[in-house]
Amino acid sequence: MNLLRRLAVLLSALTALSIGTATMAADLTALVANLTVGGFGEREAAIGALAASGDARAAPILEALGAGRLYVRKADKVVVIAKSEGNQLVLTDAVTGKAAGSAIEAELDRVRVNNRLRGVIDAAVGSLTLMNPDPRVRRGAAESLLKRPDPAALAALDAALAAEKDVRVKAAFSQARAAVVLASDASKADKLAALQVLRDRSDRDALSALQAAANVATDPEIKVAAADASASVRQTLAVWEAAQNVWYGISLGSVLLLAAIGLAITFGTMGVINMAHGEMVMLGAYTTFVVQDVIRTSAPHLFDASLLIALPLAFLVAGAVGIAIERGVIRFLYGRPLETLLATWGLSLVLQQAVRSIFGPTNREVGAPSWMSGAFQVGQITVTYSRLWIVIFALVVFAALILVLRKTPLGLYMRAVTQNRPMASAMGIRTPRVDALTFGLGSGIAGLAGVALSQIDNVSPNLGQGYIIDSFMVVVFGGVGNLFGTLVGALSLGIVNKFLEPYAGAVLGKILVLVFIILFIQRRPRGLFALKGRAVE
Amino acid sequence: MKLGTMVRTGLVAAGLMAGIAGNAFAQAGDKIKVGILHSLSGTMAISETTLKDVMLMLIEEQNKKGGLLGKKLEAVVVDPASNWPLFAEKARELLQKDKVAAVFGCWTSVSRKSVLPVFEELNGILFYPVQYEGEESSRNVFYTGAAPNQQAIPAVDYLMQNEKVQRWILAGTDYVYPRTTNKILEAYLKQKGVKQEDIMINYTPFGHSDWQSIVAEIKKFGSAGKKTAVVSTINGDANVPFYKELGNAGIKAKDIPVVAFSVGEEELAGIDTKPLVGHLAAWNYFQSVKSPANDAFIKTWQTFTKNPKRVTNDPMEAHVIGFNMWVEAVKKAGTTDSDAVIDAMIGITVPNLTGGYSAMMPNHHITKPVLIGEIQANGQFDVVWQTAGTVVAEEWSPYLPDSKDLIADWRKPMNCGNFNAATGKCGGKGK
Repeated sequence: MNLLRRLAVLLSALTALSIGTATMAADLTALVANLTVGGFGEREAAIGALAASGDARAAPILEALGAGRLYVRKADKVVVIAKSEGNQLVLTDAVTGKAAGSAIEAELDRVRVNNRLRGVIDAAVGSLTLMNPDPRVRRGAAESLLKRPDPAALAALDAALAAEKDVRVKAAFSQARAAVVLASDASKADKLAALQVLRDRSDRDALSALQAAANVATDPEIKVAAADASASVRQTLAVWEAAQNVWYGISLGSVLLLAAIGLAITFGTMGVINMAHGEMVMLGAYTTFVVQDVIRTSAPHLFDASLLIALPLAFLVAGAVGIAIERGVIRFLYGRPLETLLATWGLSLVLQQAVRSIFGPTNREVGAPSWMSGAFQVGQITVTYSRLWIVIFALVVFAALILVLRKTPLGLYMRAVTQNRPMASAMGIRTPRVDALTFGLGSGIAGLAGVALSQIDNVSPNLGQGYIIDSFMVVVFGGVGNLFGTLVGALSLGIVNKFLEPYAGAVLGKILVLVFIILFIQRRPRGLFALKGRAVE
Repeated sequence: MKLGTMVRTGLVAAGLMAGIAGNAFAQAGDKIKVGILHSLSGTMAISETTLKDVMLMLIEEQNKKGGLLGKKLEAVVVDPASNWPLFAEKARELLQKDKVAAVFGCWTSVSRKSVLPVFEELNGILFYPVQYEGEESSRNVFYTGAAPNQQAIPAVDYLMQNEKVQRWILAGTDYVYPRTTNKILEAYLKQKGVKQEDIMINYTPFGHSDWQSIVAEIKKFGSAGKKTAVVSTINGDANVPFYKELGNAGIKAKDIPVVAFSVGEEELAGIDTKPLVGHLAAWNYFQSVKSPANDAFIKTWQTFTKNPKRVTNDPMEAHVIGFNMWVEAVKKAGTTDSDAVIDAMIGITVPNLTGGYSAMMPNHHITKPVLIGEIQANGQFDVVWQTAGTVVAEEWSPYLPDSKDLIADWRKPMNCGNFNAATGKCGGKGK
């Protein structure tokens, strides 16, 4: 009897317990299931409900939803989070977090989101991850709340702020709190204090929040203070903007330099008007594409090194084509610039159409290695890694070229032949061979430029056309036959262009630069740095 | 003359005549020629080559079904090489020398404007498959692409209602399509109560490759405390560096969405789309649309090009619709004679690839559904919104003062492409 009673108590306790956990799991299952039905409007409500549950498992589910990785398995309607591995998707059950096998895309239905929902998810994940152990996640949460201030998150923010130890995260929290306070119906004193916090932050996001506050404020004092604060932030930003223009100018200049530096050799020192120069750049870009294509199919782990592998290959491909052009066509036309111009222009069309026939007319995708994607902030300037690396690369190529010309026997021969051909020949230099190698060097460098430009421009048969005019402009402006002139010419044209663009617009800016160069050439026909001495004639 | 010689001469003569007659019969009886006027070299080859391939495929499929009016179709392909005056020359060649029954071609508005007088002079038929700025209606042209109200205006409406956008950046390439479209959009936005200071208009040259400053401007314009969006009429090659710069600069679609009218599956094929997820495009067709007609089309296309990854896009669908309409019109008219076919075209209705029907209207434009899609990581679009039914094209925009009174109706008795409803006269832009 006694035993029986005890057993009954135990049993009922057990059932109660199992029912308890079951209801919790059922709650989450229902909430998650709600995410997957109905239109975008219903989904928004479901996201709100899931976030409000405060369940620790909600954040990863919402993140997966935002990233488009939340699926419903067609066979059993289980909601899963998928991770792509090769051609397969590896699944985990969204509710239990257990592995759920793998599947292909066709067996699953993706839970769709739109921009609006991504924003809502961001804010929800933000308020759910304020207490995350990783300080970077906490800062990210603060940033997304700053961008989308949600008055409902104020209590959570206050709690997080009180518990926070990390100084930088604390600052981010208090700025996010300020934005939230401005969006809420807090007291006037609180709002004025919040304005000050954002004013000290002084960046675009702060300006956004301040402007929004100025737009909606009803209290005249807050309105004035908000307008005042945003004016002060705008002033700070204006200074940064000038610095930013300089950086953009350098970056554009480095692209011009890369495109022009090969031409500075073929046109500048050899005097060959090579209209097919742009196509050498294009060949370099296509070499990069081929290298990446091979790597993608046979050695995906090498992808980050693909550009480094492509560099020597692009140099060789473009250089070899350059030598072939010199030996096959240009050497018969030395001293006849007009015919050289027409012949090389024809060659450029032939090369373009050849590439079009082989690779097709559409753009080819050249991916960015991880070390070239994304951006970082210097003060209020956004510096993208791809641009930074291109600036560095351009300078390295330039320095290497100077070294080759100054310190190697080949460089010596080149200078000798271009300065005084009969004399060099009399000294025993095989001038035709040096001509071919010089042209090959110039073309090879254009190929290197192609590798870099594949990161920022289209890889299409027309790639080279866009750069040929600019390259000639830089070489002529800098001073024909002078490499340093090309460097200074490229950078100054880049910077002038970038300072004109915000005021005159891209179209007019380009025209103004052209007019400027025409006038400049009238005054100084030999360009910025004219060669002096007998060699000129 | 001996009898033998006479008989021999007679036989030869008879043979010759039979030969000539046979030839003439073969030319007139066996084949209907169809002209394809798309650039296969030069800047526009990137977009137009695909359309040539689609036309070849459609003609092949039609021939498999037994041709048209009991005759085989024959494609005549010419290459105007992205050279606008050459378009007119090649169009003349197609119509006069090859005597084609219809021409499918052109991409840019400037090439269409270049061939327009040729088609009107020689009374040819042109099917134009690309979305364009409107403000035109010719008796000899059938516009199977979208007019602004079938693409641009619904896209702006979508952003206004669903994403609550209040500030607008209209960015475009500097030529006639973006300029006219932006003029229409600006007038439309102002009518909707958007203030001048909340609209920024920016033009860039063809093939612009350095987008740093403009992306920075967009960021700056977007930090005014109001939701901002970019409406992009940037065309062709310039899109790739633009999107690369956007992705690198970290402008996310949830902060500042970009809606584009010239970026489709084909253009995205050259970009890593992971940083671009959520940016939008407005079209009348997406490859990702699930419908039996579309599935079949994609399958035929990928088999025809022998490339299982080949993508499809909106202008391709326009050619499919245009070609099917032409086939129906020729059947209805019983002849390929231009005047008869032009009259038969109006009212022809054929299925489109998104599961509905498109009809040729009296203004020589077709009805289309409008779809808004968001870019996905795999380079395809997710449709996030679409019109309930199809939309009739407004060839003359009601938002521009010059064209608001004009209508086009090529049925008798009006038979006019720019009838002024205010003055009651055909022709001329009215006041």
